[in-house]
Amino acid sequence: MIIKVVVTIVLLVLGVLGVKLRLHDRLNPMLVCAVGFLLLAYGHYLGLFASPEEAMMREVGRIFHVHVPTALVALFTYLVAFILAVGSLWTGARKWDAYLEATLEVGILLNVLLTIQGSIWARPTWGIWWTWDPRLTTTAIMVLSFIGVLLLRNAITNPERRATITATGGIVAFVNVPIVYMSVRWWRSLHQTQSSPETVSPEFQLPFRIAAFGMLFITVGFILARGRIALKRLEAEADAPDLPDLNTVKPLDV
Amino acid sequence: MMLATGFLQALAILSKDLWIEGTSWVRWLGLVSFGILVLLLFSFAVGPNSVMLQKHAAGYLWLATLFASANLFTQSFLLETEGGALEQLQLAPVYPAALFYGKAMANTLQLLLVMVVMVPPLIALCDVWFVEGIGLFVGTMVLGALGLSAPGAMYAAMTARLSNQQLLLPLLLFPLIVPALLSAVKATSLIFFGDPMGQVGSWLTLLAAFDIVYWILCGVVFGRIVES
Repeated sequence: MIIKVVVTIVLLVLGVLGVKLRLHDRLNPMLVCAVGFLLLAYGHYLGLFASPEEAMMREVGRIFHVHVPTALVALFTYLVAFILAVGSLWTGARKWDAYLEATLEVGILLNVLLTIQGSIWARPTWGIWWTWDPRLTTTAIMVLSFIGVLLLRNAITNPERRATITATGGIVAFVNVPIVYMSVRWWRSLHQTQSSPETVSPEFQLPFRIAAFGMLFITVGFILARGRIALKRLEAEADAPDLPDLNTVKPLDV
Repeated sequence: MMLATGFLQALAILSKDLWIEGTSWVRWLGLVSFGILVLLLFSFAVGPNSVMLQKHAAGYLWLATLFASANLFTQSFLLETEGGALEQLQLAPVYPAALFYGKAMANTLQLLLVMVVMVPPLIALCDVWFVEGIGLFVGTMVLGALGLSAPGAMYAAMTARLSNQQLLLPLLLFPLIVPALLSAVKATSLIFFGDPMGQVGSWLTLLAAFDIVYWILCGVVFGRIVES
């Protein structure tokens, strides 16, 4: 647990440093994604083919190398979204809002992916695609909460109001994230307790770490690319001329 | 001093809301009828199996309350946005938190009233009784109504003035209140059928923790929502 907290803090500090060095403007998202895909491919090759099979679940257990990195990075992405939401509310700057939108979208994508992967894993191990279980239910609720925030964002046209509502909605929806993470300990759950490199055999640690970093790089690349598009859209929206006041426009002489 | 002023302002908002709502008996009749209708629909959907109805009674009560609450919350902010009442409130020296707590308290009381009216039909339809005592049931109702009202008031403010508020409010509210719904249903079910293992206390503690977290969090962020 302490190691996880330390790794999370180190990643967040690196993120802040990256923002200070304006890496979000300088880095090429395609390059970050390419590094991520290479790492993920190598990690998955090791995890799915080269490493020994899992003692209890045999070949089925290999999905661990795909599912757990997705889950960890998804929760980390929501943590970043929470920080961006606080920053957006605090500063009111367009950049925070743009990257918040990007992070929420990528977080939802990862969340949907991890739910599908979990369901595929559940079928051969538990005999069902889905069951009423605290971890499964809270994860499904989490994705729906964040989809709600994005839908709400889409429905608001005033840029300042949209930024505030997205940020507050994101902060409130984030309350569910620690509940999802701790659900396997707080309730009696079919789902195993949280996995990390420390909880698995030494043979599984390297493939797991490589795949997790690959997933992290891909996520960062996606957020950078999507954030830039969002920022350009917000800027274009702000630069667009106001609609003429209908009370002062004279009707056309036809 | 600030706290006392804020409290008095919240009470003023509460009494204003209750006064406005109290004068509209048509809306009340609509809300209560809607709640009872949902109870009836559940019993139709499950069929004439009385054992099944009895078993799921707590779930029906809280789902009917939840569905009715979405209407209630939408209406509570419609009152403010129609005719620019919210702008006038913002111009007046009122703390945004007081506005939130006033509205959330008004929502809680109205929701409790709707539930009180729904309980006799529930008892008749599902043949349940308060085995663990009516006091514990009232406590669960109060905690549950508090749990729905705070996020409800906040999301109603967020979705106010949006054309698709009727869709967005439940979409945002329902996933968020699942921990409150779960603990309220479990506690109510134990009150209906007896609690030999003494679990009601832990479910009510979870419900109270949810209430505390969201009453504080929503109060903190509400000011920014209204300002925007």
